[in-house]
Amino acid sequence: MTQETHSKQNKSTLSNALNCTLNWVDARFPLTSNIKAHLTEYYAPKNFNFWYFFGSLALLVLVLQILTGIFLTMHYKPDADLAFGSVEYIMRDVPWGWLIRYMHSTGASMFFVVVYLHMFRGIIYGSYRNPRELIWLFGVAIFLALMGEAFFGYLLPWGQMSYWGAQVIVNLFSTIPFIGPDVSEWLRGDYLVSDATLNRFFAFHVIALPLVLLGLVVAHLIALHEVGSNNPDGVEIKKLKDKKTGIPLDGIPFHPYYTVKDLVGVSAFLIVFTVIVFFAPEMGGYFLEANNFVPADPLKTPAHIAPVWYFTPYYSILRAVPPILNSQFPGVAAMGLSVVAFAFLPWLDKSPVKSIRYRGGLYKAWLAAFVVSFLVLGYLGTVPSNVWGQFGDWLSGADRATVVARFFTVVYFLFFALMPWYTAKDKTKPVPERVTG
Amino acid sequence: MSDNQNDKHQTDSQSCGCSQVDLEKRNFLIATSAVGALGCAAVAVPFVKSMTPSERAKAAGAPVEVDISKIEPGTVLTAEWRGQPVWIINRTEEMTAELSKHHDQLSDPNAEVSSQQPAYCKNEGRSIKPNIGVVVGICTHLGCSPTEKLKAGGDMGDGWQGGFFCPCHGSKFDLAGRVFKGSPAPVNLVVPPHKYLSENLLLIGVDTEDKA
Amino acid sequence: MKIVNRLRNTLLVLLTLPLLAIASEEARLDKAPIDASDYASLQRGAKTFVNYCLNCHSANYMRYNRLLEIGLTEKQIKENLLFTGEKVGDTMKVAMDKKDAKKWFGAAPPDLSVEVRARGADWVYSYMRGFYRDTTSPTGWGNCVFDPVYCKVSMPHVLYELQGEQALNHETHELKLVKPGLLSIEEYDTLVGDLTNFMAYMAEPAKQQRNQLGWFVLLFLGVLLVLTYRLKKAYWKEIH
Repeated sequence: MTQETHSKQNKSTLSNALNCTLNWVDARFPLTSNIKAHLTEYYAPKNFNFWYFFGSLALLVLVLQILTGIFLTMHYKPDADLAFGSVEYIMRDVPWGWLIRYMHSTGASMFFVVVYLHMFRGIIYGSYRNPRELIWLFGVAIFLALMGEAFFGYLLPWGQMSYWGAQVIVNLFSTIPFIGPDVSEWLRGDYLVSDATLNRFFAFHVIALPLVLLGLVVAHLIALHEVGSNNPDGVEIKKLKDKKTGIPLDGIPFHPYYTVKDLVGVSAFLIVFTVIVFFAPEMGGYFLEANNFVPADPLKTPAHIAPVWYFTPYYSILRAVPPILNSQFPGVAAMGLSVVAFAFLPWLDKSPVKSIRYRGGLYKAWLAAFVVSFLVLGYLGTVPSNVWGQFGDWLSGADRATVVARFFTVVYFLFFALMPWYTAKDKTKPVPERVTG
Repeated sequence: MSDNQNDKHQTDSQSCGCSQVDLEKRNFLIATSAVGALGCAAVAVPFVKSMTPSERAKAAGAPVEVDISKIEPGTVLTAEWRGQPVWIINRTEEMTAELSKHHDQLSDPNAEVSSQQPAYCKNEGRSIKPNIGVVVGICTHLGCSPTEKLKAGGDMGDGWQGGFFCPCHGSKFDLAGRVFKGSPAPVNLVVPPHKYLSENLLLIGVDTEDKA
Repeated sequence: MKIVNRLRNTLLVLLTLPLLAIASEEARLDKAPIDASDYASLQRGAKTFVNYCLNCHSANYMRYNRLLEIGLTEKQIKENLLFTGEKVGDTMKVAMDKKDAKKWFGAAPPDLSVEVRARGADWVYSYMRGFYRDTTSPTGWGNCVFDPVYCKVSMPHVLYELQGEQALNHETHELKLVKPGLLSIEEYDTLVGDLTNFMAYMAEPAKQQRNQLGWFVLLFLGVLLVLTYRLKKAYWKEIH
């Protein structure tokens, strides 16, 4: 009996001390109010499904990349003579260096997997629609920064694919009329991709873009928590609130409900991540390309160069657009547009409903066509353009793959260009008042 | 403060009174936290270990073989081990005899501070062979490398019997690397682990007993 | 004018890229007998590598003392594999000067540390078995694995004494042993198999450790998945 009261007393002194500390902090920093605003009293719709894991997973991968990146920087040398060797040094001589490097290289690809799925979620449930346009724009900016981050990082191992990939992409800028060649020379800091280029790409990769990314991620989340999360039904849960408490009827506190749910997603994701890191870090040449185990050689282009898989849909579009008036610029412009097009979605979509659940067949057909285009273009970007052989005389022997890529490039852009038309014309279903299961 | 305490008691009694503790939640919360913490700790290991000396550093810091047959009596040969100068002093008979004559001027004449030399060098010459001294030429004060002042007298004054002088803060050591009283350096110079592979072949960096 | 020229040059690069992308005809490759747990094979391969390859090719990222992993002792490494003056902690460097090498072979022999990761084990295995006598070539040898189109190769057949001489049937593209060497065909295949096995190990020495550790990590994550799932269920039972 006495013991029990004793422990109770101890407990209350401890919680008292914690309380005091918390009060002290709260008087100087909005800790409790922030925890409330963003976690315990941030009300998220209760009907999040599988697709809603990828936001928190993207954050997880970002943290992993920063952490592994910091440790790689301790051993990597951004010097054209030493870079390739320093990566092998990490793989062999640094204790556990191989694990940290594989986590980073796998993380790069998994970042894109997660972000693509996250974007797809936004598209199918109309998460970009009013009032979430800014969240979406910040998201597109994150995607662009991520592409830059990946591109700059890919040069660092200084293998053949690193080198020639950078060479080709920097040269894309030189197709810009008039200023192009000077722009790409300025980017390289030399007449070809060289030590100077490597050094500055290192600076972009380890500090400039990570800062931009972190800033954008914060902006993305602030905007999200301002307007509240969308959900698979695309209904606004803030419209129906409990009269007494003011809490949305279909909302539940993010913490603990979605924190524990996201932990399940994290565990499952880490299993996939582990399988790749420990059993297939090259992922059949898609995550780490064989030619990148040959040191960069400015005098010898590898027989087949393809960008890493996450860039291939846009690379396909670049190859598909024929030169116009002897200029490659239209292809480059098309490639740029194919990425930036996502930013216009909030204003292209004229549908009265947000979620795919209440859209009609017309929209679904266009979305399916877009997904197929994206995947086919993605595949074609990884292989040489003669992969499917040539047509006969009737198409003057054109590469089949090129013709297919052109077709799907058109479909890709029509998905965006015709969206105002088909979303307005689409037969939608009635949207319920409250979220469904 | 007392108001606060009252508040606390109220909420406590409320939560205890109206709802029972959800054991399922609590058990899985504890289990997940424990396993999660274990996982985080396990992940931290490779990251921490990646900062320890790499295979390259270990290879560069590997034991060094030195042929001591060419060192004239009364001179010093400087070898490099783990990037540090290691002095191999070939003491003449007079020098060796002198070592026992100035104990009163030394902080630790009998090499009692065990961190400064291997057990097999705990003697007044701090060496395996009486005439061959092996010491790391880094001052135990703040890490400068002392200068050789092997000859008695000279610019070190009349009382000087030969040894080493640190130019940074004036620490003085004798020919066994023992520090003179009144020097800023607190302890004797370090004797590295070493052994003789043969009469004239010295291996620095490896003990007689253990491997590396 | 300068800008126009540069523009044209970059255009040329861009336009020729698709051409470069036309993959060269792939050679038919034989399956290499890779088994990272067969230490005897790895040790034999290491010996062949040091004796035959390391005269011209370096393996700059591979340390001799890493071979302790495949069951060699420090003494064995010192006595059988090291050149004079080398230490067990050194990497497998080559004495030949890069410039000389370029003069002699037309191209400096590449470093072989990660050759198997760049080319694949099957390629290395087939390549080392693919030399045939070609009197028209400067080295006297041809190899259709190295160059599927013209069968040119700048490296001479270093294992010639062991394998003997093969001849290429230009119609069937098949190789036939015409002058036996010191080893039988089976013995030679085993030798090259061991060599390839070693080179595959050398390309990523941590691979075995990686695969073994992976199972423990998966086991741990499996437990974590079950726990987090039950935790989620415990909390979500009150959400309707």
